[in-house]
Amino acid sequence: MSHLITTPNMADTDGFYASLLAAHRGLTEAESHALNARLVLVLANHVGDRKVLELAIALAKDGAS
Amino acid sequence: MPYDYQPFDYVAPRGLTEAEPRHPVVIIGAGPIGLAMAVELANHGVASVILDDNNVVSVGSRAICWSKRSLEVLDRLGVGEACVAKGVTWRVGRTFHREAEVFNFDLLPEDGHKMPAFVNLQQYWVEQYLVERAQAVGTDLRWKNRVVGVEQHADHAVLTVETPDGEYQLAADWVIACDGARSPVRGMLGLDFEGELFEERFLIADIEMQADFPSERLFWFEPTFHNGQSALLHKQPDNIYRIDLQLGWDSDPEVEKQPERIIPRIAKVVGHSDFTLDWTSIYTFQCRRLRKFVQDRVIFVGDSAHIVSPFGARGGNGGLQDVDALGWRLAAVVKGQTPATALDAYDRERSFGADENLMNSSRSTRFMSPAAGVERLFRDAVLHLAARADFARPMVNSGRLSKPCTYPLDAPDDPSLPDGARPGSVAPDAPQGDGWLIDRLGGQFLLIAFGEAPEIPGLPVIRPQPNALVIRRWLGSEVTGLYLIRPDQIVAARWVQATTEEIAAALAAAQEGRT
Repeated sequence: MSHLITTPNMADTDGFYASLLAAHRGLTEAESHALNARLVLVLANHVGDRKVLELAIALAKDGAS
Repeated sequence: MPYDYQPFDYVAPRGLTEAEPRHPVVIIGAGPIGLAMAVELANHGVASVILDDNNVVSVGSRAICWSKRSLEVLDRLGVGEACVAKGVTWRVGRTFHREAEVFNFDLLPEDGHKMPAFVNLQQYWVEQYLVERAQAVGTDLRWKNRVVGVEQHADHAVLTVETPDGEYQLAADWVIACDGARSPVRGMLGLDFEGELFEERFLIADIEMQADFPSERLFWFEPTFHNGQSALLHKQPDNIYRIDLQLGWDSDPEVEKQPERIIPRIAKVVGHSDFTLDWTSIYTFQCRRLRKFVQDRVIFVGDSAHIVSPFGARGGNGGLQDVDALGWRLAAVVKGQTPATALDAYDRERSFGADENLMNSSRSTRFMSPAAGVERLFRDAVLHLAARADFARPMVNSGRLSKPCTYPLDAPDDPSLPDGARPGSVAPDAPQGDGWLIDRLGGQFLLIAFGEAPEIPGLPVIRPQPNALVIRRWLGSEVTGLYLIRPDQIVAARWVQATTEEIAAALAAAQEGRT
């Protein structure tokens, strides 16, 4: 059964967060949007499981206005 | 009850009327770091002079969060128990987004340590205890002695000191600059203080009130009582509470400093106006460090060497770890037991510690005070998700609280022994009968032995009672173990089994600063 991991699943989250921000440093807003879009596609391919991806989209949309 | 400031007596120093002999060590600044430095050196048999441009302890609570490691160091200096007795002990931090708790942490989930995870205690109390201790160990404390000049020579430095009765010169083999974030000595030597300034301002206020807030660190992102900004609350002794409020870079510090601006802001946090303002300040965030902490005969310790933004309690605690790493080494150099190159290890280790502190506090600052654009976008996304998915909770960064770093020592290690006691780590504490293991360590090199211990002249051997916590923290699945412990209670090297020669070699390397 497809399952979206929503519990902590990463070592050194602070390090990842810093590296994510560093990747955006110096980019314009449009360039940042584009980087985020590419990153989502790369990670989605890595996940692969379509049902998991639907769950991820639903979680990301939850509560968003 | 507000603190009762008692000025210390200025006494005209000898140097005004006659040339003083050269002192082994002169410390500039009688803050917690300078005072701790003097007591630590005295414990190692080295007398020092402290020069301070003022004559009272810290005005305002300033550094309030003292970490477990700092308390262990302060305990070795003779004031740890007083700090714990007077302070507010805590270990849990709670972070809220608007009304909901999104993240919490327990800094010491396991018992069996002499010292608690954290104690909140106003800096002025810590300084008072340390002044009393420094006086008791014979430190030459000189109030209202302001250093106005530093001259470096090949094997000493000469200070020009201004007093109410005029100027005099003071020569020292070693000068330790503990003169704080704005370090005049750093300026006199023309040294760059490299790093970054964050475009953020916080209001910090101590208020006195009767309240029953828990002994926990409370942090809010975007609380309704402080529109769109962050807030932090800490409990201190004597019914004093510390409140930090984010103001934003556009705020005018001169305006925000006015009590008529501050009181309504605080009233919204605590829900009433039944409090008195004890002390307030406005600060910016900076993360900077000197490239080298040892500059010929002048050694920088504490905020003069490195400053971090708050919210990790890494300023005062980082400074005490500097004291810890420098004291035994400088004492050995002064006594001629080891060459001055041993001080390179102070620079190396505390640069590593400072960089870890700077990295953590920069990350917290970016989260708390994101730049407009993508930093803000990700920060808000984390807070949004934290209410919905557990994975995002540890990403919420309201400060990562000071823990001692593990120095990257190039020393013998046997990784089959527990990771928490690997070389470079603080020796783990554990109960020992009515006492504690940590109380038996420090002040000199020694060997902790489980099983047979080779005999090394001048190296005392300690055999801890092997209770369950000792076995878990020191032996793991091994049956024997040998740990070489430094005078600062750091593990210098360890083996499951070792020869006399191996231990002697590791001891010499640690003493000479080669590991």
